[in-house]
Amino acid sequence: MSPWIVGFSVFFGYPLVMSGYLSFTHYDLLSPPRWVGLANYRYMFNVDPQFWTSVKNTVIWMVAIAVPLQVLFAFGIAVFVARIKTGAGFFRTIFYLPALAPPVAATLGFVYILNPATGPVNTILGHVGIQGPLWFQDPSWSKPSLILLGLWGIGNTMVIFLASVLDVPQHLYESAELDGAGPLQRLFWVTLPTISPVILFAVVLGVIQGLQYFTQAYVAAGVAAGQASQAADVTSVNLGYPLDSTLFYPVLLYEHGFSEFQMGYASALAMLLLIVSFAVTLVIVLNSRKWVHQAGSR
Amino acid sequence: MTASATTAAAPLVRRRVPAQVRRRRLLAAVANHCVLIAAAIAFLAPFVFIALTALMSNDQALSSHLWPHPVRLRNFIDVFSKAPLLRWTFNTMVYSVLATIGMLVSSVPVAYALARLRWRGRTLAFMVVLVALMLPQQVTVVPLYVMWAKLHLVGTLWPVIIPNWFGDAFSIFLLRQFFLTIPEEYLDAARVDGCGELRILVTVVTRLAKPALAAVALFSFLYTFNDFFLPLLYVGESSHNWVLSIGLAQFRSFHQVQWNLTMAATLLVMAPVIILFFLAQRAFVEGVTLTGVKG
Repeated sequence: MSPWIVGFSVFFGYPLVMSGYLSFTHYDLLSPPRWVGLANYRYMFNVDPQFWTSVKNTVIWMVAIAVPLQVLFAFGIAVFVARIKTGAGFFRTIFYLPALAPPVAATLGFVYILNPATGPVNTILGHVGIQGPLWFQDPSWSKPSLILLGLWGIGNTMVIFLASVLDVPQHLYESAELDGAGPLQRLFWVTLPTISPVILFAVVLGVIQGLQYFTQAYVAAGVAAGQASQAADVTSVNLGYPLDSTLFYPVLLYEHGFSEFQMGYASALAMLLLIVSFAVTLVIVLNSRKWVHQAGSR
Repeated sequence: MTASATTAAAPLVRRRVPAQVRRRRLLAAVANHCVLIAAAIAFLAPFVFIALTALMSNDQALSSHLWPHPVRLRNFIDVFSKAPLLRWTFNTMVYSVLATIGMLVSSVPVAYALARLRWRGRTLAFMVVLVALMLPQQVTVVPLYVMWAKLHLVGTLWPVIIPNWFGDAFSIFLLRQFFLTIPEEYLDAARVDGCGELRILVTVVTRLAKPALAAVALFSFLYTFNDFFLPLLYVGESSHNWVLSIGLAQFRSFHQVQWNLTMAATLLVMAPVIILFFLAQRAFVEGVTLTGVKG
């Protein structure tokens, strides 16, 4: 127990407190931190134009759009897999596999497959007479491309949903059927309420992961930028490529903290992330009492 | 309730299902399968395209042809000479193995204490684990970086390995949930036999919890194998310490625009995880399900 307490204090408690302190300072790692009061926060909200871009990108795209899409998609597939009698294991494996693909590898694969000029997807679209979009090269398509990549990797959520859909007691379906409920009604009034705790879990996890979205954005921007310029230097210059459209909040934090070494400002960004992720989790969990079905008396 | 009763009832029941209903059920099953097959093709397509490109020549990868002609298996040999893949693999293994072992040794006792021992502050400690679980790692990353920089360990893999030796919130949580399901009687029996808590933990609990330990170790391996953010911070500037994820992300900057080789490397990085999955499929699915059970 005690090594854990030591480790916890060193790797969690101390940095948490330090983050709070550093967020009120100017610190570049070379000279000691200098107290600047609320300057970092003022700069964040009032001056930094990239801050609001990254907030919008993250909150609208990676939370408000991506999370419901992923949950719905995973749920839909789980329901279909649960309904068939033969080959369910086979399909489950196929839908799970992409979730296993290491994020960097999966992103590289997608940037290639969706490359505008000669990528397989646009080639096939061309054969059926559709002019494919520029995907990762186009500021208005780069985020949808990342969402597509996210939908490809919903295997974990799907497996959890599938297990809980299969766990719904059969007698509930039977009594609903006796009451004259059709398949859709059974889905809405039996399956959904029974597995709602699991859905809540997936939503909370999805939101937290959405707020931390980094690897795919970083890799996709770097590779797509290299592809466009042919120079292929994967440096921080490419963060957010194209045109800050993939500049998500953690990417901004990375840029300030670890390529410009503005540790104070990065800490201020981190503190805001802390508050927001806490608040979001709290709101979802508290509100959930209204709509999450609680089995038993609790 | 004899056999004859059931055999007599069966045709009766079967006769009661009208042909129309049967046809509708068949159609529903066919429609189900069609949807699933279409979705499965869409899910497999990226793998197929990556694999096909990995077998192409560079010129062909830059053309709009989808099928490799001629098939170039050489690509899989060439990648090793173009980039230090083996070096990256070795670094990844060092990270994965040291982190996973450290995580197990440190997390199992904590999880046991949280699940099975009574002590003051237990609830508080569990809340702390939950909070640590929910917090984005970016929140604490700046002071940690400063700390490792002061210890002159930035540029090595130690900053990503060492924290695992002091317990990992996710593993602690998962193991605790599993330990709670072990019947108290087993532990009491061991206590009656004069076992200390530590011996109970080592001999009884770890044996009963094998599936959970396997799942946690598997997740830790996967996490470290895939980890990108922390290695990027700490070894991003020192290429001799790159792990596979960093190396792969920079791969195209080594040899400009060689998509065929990039895809071959991509496939090689995906392979170990997918092979591991097929070897340990049950542990995987059980583990993933275990994470969702808590609700």
